[in-house]
Amino acid sequence: MLEKIKDLIAEQIGIDRDDIKPESDFKVDLEVDSLDMFELVVALEEEYSVEIPPEDLENLTTVQSVIDYLQDKGVEA
Amino acid sequence: MRGRITGTGSCLPEKVLTNDDLSKMVDTSDEWISTRTGIRSRRIAVGETTASMAAAAAEAALENAGCLAGEIELIIVATSTQDFSFPNCASAVQAEIGAASAACMDISLACSGFIAALHTADAFIRAGIYRKALVIGSERMSSILDWKDRSVCVLFGDGAGACVLEADCGDSGILDTDLHSDGSKGMVLTGGARDMPNIKMNGQEVFKFAVRKVPESIGCLIERNGLTANDIEGFLLHQANVRIIESVARRMQADICKFPMNMMSYGNTSAASIPILLDEMNRKNKLSAGKFYVLSGFGAGLSWGSVLLRW
Repeated sequence: MLEKIKDLIAEQIGIDRDDIKPESDFKVDLEVDSLDMFELVVALEEEYSVEIPPEDLENLTTVQSVIDYLQDKGVEA
Repeated sequence: MRGRITGTGSCLPEKVLTNDDLSKMVDTSDEWISTRTGIRSRRIAVGETTASMAAAAAEAALENAGCLAGEIELIIVATSTQDFSFPNCASAVQAEIGAASAACMDISLACSGFIAALHTADAFIRAGIYRKALVIGSERMSSILDWKDRSVCVLFGDGAGACVLEADCGDSGILDTDLHSDGSKGMVLTGGARDMPNIKMNGQEVFKFAVRKVPESIGCLIERNGLTANDIEGFLLHQANVRIIESVARRMQADICKFPMNMMSYGNTSAASIPILLDEMNRKNKLSAGKFYVLSGFGAGLSWGSVLLRW
């Protein structure tokens, strides 16, 4: 799943794919702002057919946290 | 028979409030606001009212169309920030401009309001009931802002835009309209409650809704008229946020250059944003006769809609 998530982040937010690591913090390392996160949420929802409610967004701080979150929602790796 | 826009006008309050001005009022900065919204300044009504701005925009549109106020048979004002619940804003405009024979009504559909008003006026014209209408969007958003809420107060501005819509049997004018609401998501974006007037917004939900529904609405409208995005000269979207418009363009795989923007100067003026933009383009001769344009609004309701027209 990591590779696909990296693709989505690179594509949706325009970040160099090589800079994206599991431990990357969206705000600190990738300098992503709240609207970039909204854009990522839209892409994740469409890619994995899940719904990500606004209150869940604050827990999605790193790339790995997104993977864990999606797996918790039953998305297959 | 269809409605054709024969003149446009707009009115912006004199007072300019910049991002730097706002940073002295709340904990924010020009960098924060402009990178997330595209907005650098907005106009704020000081003395101007929703009705006075609407009337000034209407007079400019009448002059632009070469039409007399006495010829107008219908006035529709799209607004969510009426000066009074009653009398409505359209009646105040009628009195101010001297359009004594016009029927007067307001339409409340927030940021999609101008699309709904244009749709309504066009439908009356198509039905043969009226031949000349004034369609206006006017908002005093500053009257329902919490100036301590930095996530919302930086987004909005005041202003009005108007157009004259006349019956026409030719090829130009409003070709088709698409208009929808999803009332089940109403609480995502609210304002103007009697006991709590300030705007409350769930940014993530609004963003998601806008970037999905606007391309869907535009796509549906142009497809059912046998056109593609390449055939459209310009997409005049509600000026809520540059990042929403960029995302919509990307999803439509359309050139961002086809999406004119002015939110940098005026912020989000709700129902007024599309007619203000239309008037700016018209007065700069950026609307080409015979070309296709799409106007598209989205906002509280939730509501969204688009108009396909040939200029």
